[in-house]
Amino acid sequence: MKIELNKNKDFWAGLMLIIIGAGAMFLARDYRFGSALNMGPGFFPSVLGGILFAFGIITMIVGLRSGEKIQGNLSIRAIILLPLSLVLFGILIERVGFVPALTALILVAAAAGRQFKIAEVLPLTALLIVVSIAMFIWGIGLPYSLIKGF
Amino acid sequence: MELYHNLIFGFSVMFSLSNMAYCFIGVLGGTLIGVLPGIGPLPTIAMLLPLTFHVPPVTALILLAGIFYGAAYGGSTTSILVNLPGETSSVVTCIDGYQMALKGRAGPALAIAAVGSFFAGTVGTMIIAAFGPPIAEMALEFGSPEYFSLMLLGLVTAAVLVRGSIVKSLAMMVLGLLFGVVGADVNTGVKRFCFDFFELADGVGFATVAIGVFALSEIISNLSDPETREILVTKVTHLYPTWQDMKQSIAPILRGTVLGAFFGALPGTGQSIASFSSYMMELKLAKDPSRFGQGAIEGVAGPESANNAASQCAFIPTLTLGIPGSATMALILGALTIQGITPGPTVMIEQPALFWGLIASMWVGNLMLVVLNLPLIGIWVKLLKVPYRLLFPAIMVFSSIGIYSMNNLSFDVYLVAIFGILGITLRLLEFSPVPLMLGLVLGPMLEENLRRSLYISDGDPTIFITKPLSLAFIVGTALILIVMATPAVSKQRDKIMK
Repeated sequence: MKIELNKNKDFWAGLMLIIIGAGAMFLARDYRFGSALNMGPGFFPSVLGGILFAFGIITMIVGLRSGEKIQGNLSIRAIILLPLSLVLFGILIERVGFVPALTALILVAAAAGRQFKIAEVLPLTALLIVVSIAMFIWGIGLPYSLIKGF
Repeated sequence: MELYHNLIFGFSVMFSLSNMAYCFIGVLGGTLIGVLPGIGPLPTIAMLLPLTFHVPPVTALILLAGIFYGAAYGGSTTSILVNLPGETSSVVTCIDGYQMALKGRAGPALAIAAVGSFFAGTVGTMIIAAFGPPIAEMALEFGSPEYFSLMLLGLVTAAVLVRGSIVKSLAMMVLGLLFGVVGADVNTGVKRFCFDFFELADGVGFATVAIGVFALSEIISNLSDPETREILVTKVTHLYPTWQDMKQSIAPILRGTVLGAFFGALPGTGQSIASFSSYMMELKLAKDPSRFGQGAIEGVAGPESANNAASQCAFIPTLTLGIPGSATMALILGALTIQGITPGPTVMIEQPALFWGLIASMWVGNLMLVVLNLPLIGIWVKLLKVPYRLLFPAIMVFSSIGIYSMNNLSFDVYLVAIFGILGITLRLLEFSPVPLMLGLVLGPMLEENLRRSLYISDGDPTIFITKPLSLAFIVGTALILIVMATPAVSKQRDKIMK
């Protein structure tokens, strides 16, 4: 009997839990476990890691028996570009300022969609930046420089 | 008499210019975003959450509560007008609400939903005011063992009532608890799971996780969906329900309110179950059940009232016990902790202005919703037509500024990216992120109470079953697990959750 692992939903779900559980137990070795009377910082995470590991095994067995497949779709474009836009925002806001950071964020994020029309995205970028400045810098009074050096 | 004084006090807190203004902003903003297609209440609250950290605690809570009702109301508007439920609890409203809209009766459906919600909200507010203090008083007697067992009960109940596999949602709860461990240990100062990042010493912010797992992963998921759904907005011609509509709705509104209040107050159950059981009840009681699914107004009035009563009463365990029953409540509880308030029964005694002010704001907020939203329905209908490709960049902007502004750390923004990727992975593997959120918020308190209990008992774990109340909670937890694991029940559960 050949078991199809590719796209087996609960196999991967179980594997993920097993890895996280084992990882937590492994890392928690560095923290004192202690006794029940005087629990160390390692007690709670170790126990949780163990439980997660056990749940992982159960889920994996369920997956192997049912063979249910992963159903949803995943846009590779979105899963790369959206986190990337956040990273750019984080880098730029500290080094270059609020406006460049937002510009990068909006342009890269908008590109994650399926229909990217520059004629639509540029006015949107301008609008969102103006609204953000009005709300956050003038309204709430967040102390960020719009563009560093100005 | 005391209740009366407390309520007067609450309204005096509420009727300050800034609190009224924030309640208004919250309700309006919540509805606005709740109406926008593809953004449910949970991502809405997650996204706006960091903004509340810049105002005083009472105001923050009033703002959040306003967003909460507004978003829920916006969700029912989209269910009725375009058949798009913003959240699971308004799925039921879609059934008859959209049918009414197709028959040109969108106006009455929306009006009845608003009136029913307002009535249920008013009753819910009174229930919190009446039952909150005695419950908190009882909870004041709780020691660490009772608290530990109660939290366990709350977490497990919430986890098993989530759609999908029970083992997987329990696993998410444990994962949430594990994320809660990150940071410096309270007792010893040992930095756990920090990987040498000083930014993690205070733990993983729950707002960061919420935005990543709910808002960002939802955007990724929406953009991954290959079908471009053309939204067909039905026309709203006349708004006012007929006398006949009103007469048909009164009993369902009353029944829905009672059901909703009951389910809302139980930790873990909440809105979806409330609105669903109200619908089933109306269906059973109807003289002519065949009208259901064809635009029966009872099918809108009952569930919408139940939904709102439940969302109102969900504040009871959150405020009096410090135990949130849903992900939204977990976010509100987390917002309290960020404000430096330890959630639990002491809130009512130490922060009476917060508790009673919030209760007054609930009522005012519900009133604002009715007064504002019905006339503004034309604007909401226009908003429904805004294409998603213009919306999601805006969500990204507000989320990232909000998160960055919390600690002025770029690291937090990077964490959102990581949790977004985790969130979409969980979605694909069909894990519910809700128990994760609850676990994250309750994790530190759970560990603290566990340690303290065992310290008191000299390391004897039987302390959890020798204290009568604690034993009751543990037995309750065990019963729920056993019942839910029974094949017959779990089949029934899967059917309901569908």
